[in-house]
Parts: sequence; structure tokens; C-alpha cells
Amino acid sequence: MDYLLAFAFGGFLCAVAQLVVDSTRLSPAHVLVGFVVAGALASGLGLYEPLVELFGAGATVPLPGFGHALAQGAIRETAEHGWVGVFTGGLAATAMGLTAAVVFGALAALAFRPKA
Amino acid sequence: MAKADERERRRYLELRSRVAPRHPRLRNAARAFAVGGLICAAGEGVMTYFMRLGLSADQAALPTAALLVLFGSVLTGLGVYDRWVRYAGMGASLPITGFANAIVAPAMEFRREGWVMGVGARMFEVAGPVIVFGTLASVVVGLGWYLLAGPAR
Repeated sequence: MDYLLAFAFGGFLCAVAQLVVDSTRLSPAHVLVGFVVAGALASGLGLYEPLVELFGAGATVPLPGFGHALAQGAIRETAEHGWVGVFTGGLAATAMGLTAAVVFGALAALAFRPKA
Repeated sequence: MAKADERERRRYLELRSRVAPRHPRLRNAARAFAVGGLICAAGEGVMTYFMRLGLSADQAALPTAALLVLFGSVLTGLGVYDRWVRYAGMGASLPITGFANAIVAPAMEFRREGWVMGVGARMFEVAGPVIVFGTLASVVVGLGWYLLAGPAR
């Protein structure tokens, strides 16, 4: 059941994003940015956590989930450290994913030749 | 002359209806739904695995993200993930595996332009804006939280 819920909501978010790309003049990059910001703001308003609880990875794996992680990090560190947390919280909470992407990107540039 | 034009136009419309997909928007959305949904279900599997190891849902989120980034990177390196993006569009780009793809694909492609201006700079061509505006949004949220609840501390 958890898998079905994750599939349904994750698929739904992706289908909406694709519809926005196909129905407007926005580039995919614009839509990705919009989804991250929307996820972060929704999370700040407390609207995203219930989705995470219900849909699990369906809500955390797509980019709005990245926005959610950024926003929750900012809230957590602001609560703990005051105004310093406003600046540290977002990136601190997402450091693992970002660093992983940079490390694997550099390794891939070493190890693989682009196909086409 | 007008008649010939008309015939030409009809022929074009008929040809087009035969070649072009009938509901491209619907078809693209269905593909995005299927592929994006499958990637999220796979993510659910990874998260469940980490939770079985004893992590809470919150604690499992970090290693899950990192492992999915690894999967996305390897599939990009093998040339598989770019095919998924061509097929499913946002279905492959919106999940965090697609975020990895957006970083790894240009890193590979622009290595010929050097490690600093090629790999280092181009890596963030798409991911950069996402990180910049995501970070700004997190500061807005943190600031809002600070103004509403913070000064009391």
C-alpha cells in the first residue's frame, strides 16, 4: 500500500509538471525551479508535512520534497540557533544530497564518456 | 489556384493527423506519471530498507536521497537516464534522480572544456538555479519563522 501511495502521488506531481511544460512557454528548468520553491513555501506553511506522512517517498523524492527538506532545515535550525539558523538551516539539511551529486558528478566525468 | 491550395492544405492536414500523435499532451502526462511514479515507488523501497535497519522516517530521508542520487548518477553515466528523460520528460526530471542527472550529464559532456570551466562550471547549469531559488525560499521560510516565533528565544 505504501508503494502504491508513493507511486500515485509521485506520478501525479510529475504529470502536473509535464502538463505545465507542455501547456506554457516555461522551460523545464523554470518548472523545476517553480516546483522546488512551491515545495519550500508549502512546507513553511505546514502544508507539505501531511503529504510526506501520507505518501512517503511519493512526496519526498520529487523536487518539491527537496524544497520541503530545505524549508524544514531552516525552521529547525532557526528554532535551535536563532537568526543564524535562517542562513545555515536550508543547505545544512540538504548537504548530503548536494555533496553526493557533486562527488558522483565529478566521478562520472572521470569514469564515463558521454554517449551521443 | 485556390482549389489547388485547398487540396494541398487537406493533404497536409491528413498527413499530419497520421504522423503526429493525437493527444501529445495526454500521452506525455501519462508517461511522466508512469515513470515518475515508478521512481518514487523505488524510492519508497530504498527508504523502507533504511527504516528496517532501524532509522526513523526522518533519519532515513538523508541516506535515501544520497542513494537515489547515486542510482541517478550511475544510470546517467551508462547513458540510460537521458533516454528516460527523452521518453518521460518531467517523469524522469522531477525526481531527485533527475536532479542527479542534471548535474552528472553536463559534468561528463563538458569535461573536454576542462575541469574548472567545463566540469566545475557546467555541472550547475540546471541544478544551479534550483539550488539558488530553493536556498532563497528556505531563507524566506526561516526568516518568517524567526519573525513569528524566534525573537522570544
